[in-house]
Amino acid sequence: MANVGIVIVSHSPKVAEGAADMVRQMVGGSVPLAYTGGNADGDLGTDVGKIMECIRQAWSDAGVAILVDLGGAETNSEMAIEMLEPELQDKIVICNAPIVEGAVIAATEASGGSSLADVKSTVEELSPQ
Amino acid sequence: MSPEQKKTLIEEVAKVVIQHTDELTELDQAIGDGDHGLNMKRGSEAVLAGLDAQLEKPLAEVLKYVGTTLVMKVGGASGPLYGTLFLTLGKELAEQPDLASFSQTLSLAIEAVQKRGKSEPGQKTMLDVLAPVLEELKRDEDGVIDRIRNRAFSASEATIPMRATRGRASFLGDRSIGHMDPGARSCALMIGKTCDVLGG
Repeated sequence: MANVGIVIVSHSPKVAEGAADMVRQMVGGSVPLAYTGGNADGDLGTDVGKIMECIRQAWSDAGVAILVDLGGAETNSEMAIEMLEPELQDKIVICNAPIVEGAVIAATEASGGSSLADVKSTVEELSPQ
Repeated sequence: MSPEQKKTLIEEVAKVVIQHTDELTELDQAIGDGDHGLNMKRGSEAVLAGLDAQLEKPLAEVLKYVGTTLVMKVGGASGPLYGTLFLTLGKELAEQPDLASFSQTLSLAIEAVQKRGKSEPGQKTMLDVLAPVLEELKRDEDGVIDRIRNRAFSASEATIPMRATRGRASFLGDRSIGHMDPGARSCALMIGKTCDVLGG
């Protein structure tokens, strides 16, 4: 079974790219990875269409874990998930965790072949309950 | 509604948002991340750009077009929030809406926004305009258009002393008190303009 894919959604294109660089350094090409930052004009913000594209790019039969930064990134990611085919939606989760640390830990966990649920719960140990 | 009426309504509402870009930006700079004005302007311009191709369709379809466009173009949380509002209005609108059926439609749309934003009235958001407006709509009294317009603006003013507990403004805690919520303001502007157009 393929490894869980990781999608990074930041308001900032630079944060998204930088977090993705750190993930690649940790896990190389063993985990499907896609990232997006910025709104449709390239300014700070998030873009539902680009988030949908990223989910497809990082798609894996094991599912996709999304890491987000601030509120709008989460709301737009939820919207993007709902706009995808229903059969994909059950295999996509948004992790409640800091974006950089969360992405690195999610990818490390995913690279070992963990399930989507395990990736999410490991990542969310980073967040105060 | 004729194609001309749909065009006037949506153009006027989009334009009032665009005209208030700077004010919405200033409000959002005070308690948020300062992007509400430009985000709503971007979304409104995108709605205007594709509007003519939608006008022959039923109003419900035009509302869905507005919702989808806002979701795809706004870039901040207000995109999915306003997008969900318009998408649900479009989805639930009766074929020949009267006041009672429209109240029901708006009520469902507000519920969808609450769910999308994991929020409820009283948290210094657009819901603090939408919920009082729905209440006003349901009151069986004359002068509904004027009542709704007045209520929308007074409800947006009433967010000034509120403390934000959802959205970016909640990061500020007590410091969010004393500023009008930008989402409440944009919502009141849109509802006010809708009343102007429908009231003639």
